[in-house]
Amino acid sequence: MPQLLRPADAGELREAVASAAAAGVPLAVAGGNTKAALGRPVACDHVLDLSRLSGIAFYEPEELVISAAAGTPVSVVEETLKAGGQEMCFEPADYGPLLGAPAGGGTIGGVFACNISGPRRVKSGAARDFLLGAKAVNGRGEAFKCGGRVMKNVTGYDVCKLLVGSFGTLAVMSEVTFKVLPLPSLIHTVLVLGLDDAAAVAALTAALKSPHEVYGTAHLPAAVAARSAVPAVRTAGKAVTAVRVEGPEPSIRYCCGKLAEMFRGRGALAELGDADSAALWREIRDVAAFVPLRDRVVWRLSVTPSKGAEVVRDIHNACDSEVLYDWAGGLIWLAVAAGGEGPDAVAAQERAIRHAVAKAGGHALLMRASEAARARLPVFQPQRAAAAALTLRLKESFDPNRILNPGRMYEGV
Amino acid sequence: MRMPVPDPRVLARRHEIAAKLRAILPGDCVITDSDGMRVYETDALTAYRQMPMVVVLPRTTAEVSAVLALCREEGVKVVPRGAGTSLSGGALPLEDGVLLSLGKFNRILDIDFDNRCVTAQPGVTNLAITKAVEHAGFYYAPDPSSQIACSIGGNVAENSGGVHCLKYGLTTNNVLGLEVVLMNGETVRMGGKHLDAEGYDLMGVMTGSEGLLGVITEVTVRILRAPESVRAMLVGFSSVEAAGDCVAAVIAGGIIPAGLEMMDRAAVHAAEAFVHAGYPMDVEALLIVELDGPEAEVADMTARVRSVAGQSGAELVRISTSDAERLRFWAGRKAAFPAVARIAPDYYCMDGTIPRKRLSEVLRGIGELSKRYGLGVVNVFHAGDGNLHPLILYDANRPGDLERVESFGADILKLCVAVGGVLTGEHGVGVEKRDLMPVMFNEVDLRVQQRIKCAFDPESLLNPGKMFPELHRCAELGRMHVHGGRIPFPDIPRF
Repeated sequence: MPQLLRPADAGELREAVASAAAAGVPLAVAGGNTKAALGRPVACDHVLDLSRLSGIAFYEPEELVISAAAGTPVSVVEETLKAGGQEMCFEPADYGPLLGAPAGGGTIGGVFACNISGPRRVKSGAARDFLLGAKAVNGRGEAFKCGGRVMKNVTGYDVCKLLVGSFGTLAVMSEVTFKVLPLPSLIHTVLVLGLDDAAAVAALTAALKSPHEVYGTAHLPAAVAARSAVPAVRTAGKAVTAVRVEGPEPSIRYCCGKLAEMFRGRGALAELGDADSAALWREIRDVAAFVPLRDRVVWRLSVTPSKGAEVVRDIHNACDSEVLYDWAGGLIWLAVAAGGEGPDAVAAQERAIRHAVAKAGGHALLMRASEAARARLPVFQPQRAAAAALTLRLKESFDPNRILNPGRMYEGV
Repeated sequence: MRMPVPDPRVLARRHEIAAKLRAILPGDCVITDSDGMRVYETDALTAYRQMPMVVVLPRTTAEVSAVLALCREEGVKVVPRGAGTSLSGGALPLEDGVLLSLGKFNRILDIDFDNRCVTAQPGVTNLAITKAVEHAGFYYAPDPSSQIACSIGGNVAENSGGVHCLKYGLTTNNVLGLEVVLMNGETVRMGGKHLDAEGYDLMGVMTGSEGLLGVITEVTVRILRAPESVRAMLVGFSSVEAAGDCVAAVIAGGIIPAGLEMMDRAAVHAAEAFVHAGYPMDVEALLIVELDGPEAEVADMTARVRSVAGQSGAELVRISTSDAERLRFWAGRKAAFPAVARIAPDYYCMDGTIPRKRLSEVLRGIGELSKRYGLGVVNVFHAGDGNLHPLILYDANRPGDLERVESFGADILKLCVAVGGVLTGEHGVGVEKRDLMPVMFNEVDLRVQQRIKCAFDPESLLNPGKMFPELHRCAELGRMHVHGGRIPFPDIPRF
């Protein structure tokens, strides 16, 4: 029976990790436990549950900064910011439902530990770009701080960057301080209907190269569009290419007009208003289209954006999958049909996907798969020798006894 | 300034080491004569000078790798150098060290508009990247004031900023990929044209590592489409407090200006006397607010800022009606440093960042310190992101002035930290603020950072003596520490 450690404050957190370090007992680090099925399975008898480290430490809207305990639910952070007319500009996705967990259960620490960003990433940056400072406990049981609370800071190494996206394998964050930005007055979306993947990536690329301040660029092939909750998208009957515009009313009118002009002749056009736009981009953010496809393995690919359609074509030659493009082709979600039974089938798919990604430049994450498949196959992109050795040395420096989420990202890390 | 004690064994082998370097590099890429090395003895922090043992100018990644591998084998320290514009002494040579200049890495390798990025060698200047893409309506956003001279590799090493950081971020937010050679000669590629790291964000920690972790040999940066419309406003106030309130109100109102600068009375006067930008002389604080985006959005924001400025008690609001006028508004601010150089024999530029709301308090504190030290101060401020640049006026030829100015500067930075800010917003720690690191970080925080150094460079041969006040052996840092004399409990407590 796994032992549950639930520290009530940063001091107890430090003691728990220090004791585990001394005893050489590995810990599975958990926030809201919504992403437990992401990454390689971690064999730990002890779960370090951070849910009691919860609450907003401070929020200063006019300084664009908020600080929260790591276990604070994302929903609490979102509501707090909304009351101040602001938001997390990087739009952290809620992958709970995709990974078989309830919706709305994520914590802010989990968002940063996994560097989770949404559609606006292409314009405004990722979670990693917004974290200003953190308090954390490394695998030696040492409590330390990195960064600060100000926008501009180059004092010492940017240790925050190492913690973001390290999946709890280097240190356990107890508090995060990050930059926030004003909510846009309005969001509208220009839709182009009926484009094939290559034409869609070309159209989205053109939109991002324009001066029309585009905040989102996604392509939903017909099958994906048909599962949308937004009526205009669901009933389109064909592929939907979506370009998002934000700002005050006059600016939106102007930019949507300019974009429509740009897309004229490429396909039928439509426009979504504020509420539909918010719903559509939330669906795209959370990969809602793949939630119902429970028997499919889901991959997340980050590739050279202009090569997005090529990558998918290469993969489709090897395995049957549904696809959703975000970041103008730079982010590809694949829901791969089981080509056979068990991990062997997934292994064949993995080879095809890694090969296509290597050709285009980028990386692939096995986002949703059975525990057996995740134990056998590399979940994260395998690294070249020099980077892998450096990764191992960094793990060693933070967590020499390998007690924090051991093996979650790579074997031995 | 205390630097690592030169290793007499290395100094004694100077000629032998130069000969070995000549065996892996062409003759003109290894400099040992003092005339040739003189230009490398200092960077833009000219108070510190040191001739290096040897200067090398490799031309390829393979040559950098060979130089580093050789130096590691020989136990020789290496100081990397871009354009030498560091304001914190980041490229200050070591007497027993090889100075590795990236000056020959001066080509742009790839311009990719579809993926909105440029790949360049590290010695390419910041401005050259914008120049290479502006014909297509693109630019590179971070714009440190030395952008005409500073190199993109140096920008990555220092995580350079500029006046547009609030909206467009620092260098770290605009780098997509790096090629880095480690001290052991291994080459590591980080990132690329795609977004986000596949594992640990090695690129993120390389950025701003001040040449202590690896030598950058290739950089891929994000380029942005130039905004359709840009407008600047000059807003004058009769008090610094009112100007600070206005900045807070603009941001609280949901507007993120592309640039938001503040100058105090002394800075306004110095700048106006120098470039005749048309600044009002009767204000205590002057804001430059730059707004960019689609035409309709800029018009909307301009009206809102004007109204907020009025509510904050602005004495004067001027809005640029042409690009020429907008550039004139900026001319004084951009020339602030040389303008200050005209009113004092020397000036020392500080670089703390503070939470913006503490501005008047900090400026008052600086005013008091100014009286106590008997040295004048001119303040320019990246008001949007809280990055303060007090310029302390002094005369290096007057005995005792340099010591006083350093002590004054340190007091300003301690004040910044005390109000919740940091020692440096964009100039780096280098040798300049190295000994102040414990003001901001405790022993554990520093150990965590130094162990990162050990993961990249276990013998501490790359740019030692910078950033950290004390050098520790990696073996010592690697040991597990027991806190407060207590032995961690043998069993895990339940909570």
